[in-house]
Amino acid sequence: MVKTHVNMTVNGEAVEFLCETKATLLDVLRDELDLTGSKEGCSSGDCGACSVILDDRLVCACLVLGAEADGGNVETIEGMADADQLHPLQQKFLEEAALQCGICTPGFLVAAKALLERNSNPTETEVRYWLAGNLCRCTGYDKIVRAVMDTAEEMKGVSK
Amino acid sequence: MRYLSPHTINEAVAALADSDGDVKILAGGTDLLVQLRAGMKAPGLMLDVKRLPELRSINVEKNCFHIGAAVSGAEMGEHESLKGSWPGVVEAMELIGSTQIQGRATPGGNLCNASPAADSVPAMVAAGAICTVVGSEGSRDLAVEDVGISPGQTSLGRDEFVVDFRLPERPPHSGDAYLRFIPRTEMDIAVVGAGVNVVLGDDGVCVDARVSLGAVAPRVLLVPDAANELIGRKLNDEVLEKLDAACRAACRPIDDKRGTVEYRTQVSGVLARRAAVIAFERAGEK
Ligand SMILES: Cc1cc2nc3c(=O)[nH]c(=O)nc-3n(C[C@H](O)[C@H](O)[C@H](O)COP(=O)(O)OP(=O)(O)OC[C@H]3O[C@@H](n4cnc5c(N)ncnc54)[C@H](O)[C@@H]3O)c2cc1C
Ligand code: FES
Ligand code: FES
Repeated sequence: MVKTHVNMTVNGEAVEFLCETKATLLDVLRDELDLTGSKEGCSSGDCGACSVILDDRLVCACLVLGAEADGGNVETIEGMADADQLHPLQQKFLEEAALQCGICTPGFLVAAKALLERNSNPTETEVRYWLAGNLCRCTGYDKIVRAVMDTAEEMKGVSK
Repeated sequence: MRYLSPHTINEAVAALADSDGDVKILAGGTDLLVQLRAGMKAPGLMLDVKRLPELRSINVEKNCFHIGAAVSGAEMGEHESLKGSWPGVVEAMELIGSTQIQGRATPGGNLCNASPAADSVPAMVAAGAICTVVGSEGSRDLAVEDVGISPGQTSLGRDEFVVDFRLPERPPHSGDAYLRFIPRTEMDIAVVGAGVNVVLGDDGVCVDARVSLGAVAPRVLLVPDAANELIGRKLNDEVLEKLDAACRAACRPIDDKRGTVEYRTQVSGVLARRAAVIAFERAGEK
């Protein structure tokens, strides 16, 4: 078995591992690095449960090879809270019950964070299009969209 | 399965030549990794082309845009001057998948996956884009419409790959548009796609046009008969009706759960009309 030697940064920490070519970034995060917050829903890019940020781009970790992430900077759900201090999106999701079973939640949170970093004042349509690659079987999306909009509103208030 | 990520075109060509066909080029991986997972592909080598600088940039040379084959859809969408000159090409690329897919999907992968329903391809064909292709024998030019030949099959040699797409110089009063029909608003495969690109004279008469249709034949079609209905004319209902008829006549679609032959044929004409109206409007504004 030919393995590739990979160096990358995950949530600010340097990590190093040997990776089989067929292992995806999601396999590496979950099985090698024990970061099981990113979920595996479909493994085909359709559900967004595996969403992570790779070099400032939102991607599906199931559609990136571990080997491709060599030299890369990866941000996952595990890096979202600041120690015990939840990210405002996480706090709002809890307050507004924007989750039920929770399997889609890490993906939605990472995707919503990527949106707000690019566009701090999104319209509802922009939120819905941005999150179109994240599927949720439980909530019907409304509470998720509202939580993202309310977080944006709140963060604007803080940064003023 | 090995993984290689060369930094020069020469290294990449050598690796392709050495691998005797048991290799897959890896760009964004949004088609290939799904196929790998499904067991449809099992190459001995994955050759990642994303570290080749020639494939990763968008440049203007002698007034022509060169789009690297491995640039992502998101990068194309963020390129203001490309979007200004070729809104149809950029919009077509941006239709692909979700935000997550946009961060990875490339025009080279969209073309070389050779799906007749690939969204960026009719827009590139209408634009008159030419690919630079490299291989052991050196480099050659290939029109985009000559790359995909049937579902999953390209005309590229075993040791060849696409470096970039070159778009022609943009004269004043030119405009392009791409529209697709899908049963939902996001995340679906085109039932029909139509790309129209026109150049108008100062008087609004069309002096040059290209029309392309996706998902209505085993490969993306360039439809010269449809373009000929536009050239030499101003846009009016009669011209649109002839464009519609020429598109319908060119269709050779399949029947499947997403659309019947009759439906796809009719929609091709409707989409071509609408895309032509947008392309003329855009051309008139410049
Ligand atoms: C959830 C989801 C939604 C999607 N939605 C759409 C959609 O709406 N419209 C659409 O058209 N497609 C869609 N796709 C398909 C796919 O995202 C696109 O076709 C994309 O452009 C492929 O690009 P890539 O760089 O990821 O290709 P890859 O998967 O890297 O490669 C695709 C094929 O092209 C070959 N290849 C790649 N680059 C080159 C090159 N430079 N030279 C020669 N060969 C090359 C590869 O060997 C492979 O066979 C979707 C996919 C997913 C997973
Ligand atoms: S697991 Fe990656 S998109 Fe579903
Ligand atoms: S909360 Fe269950 S899938 Fe979204």
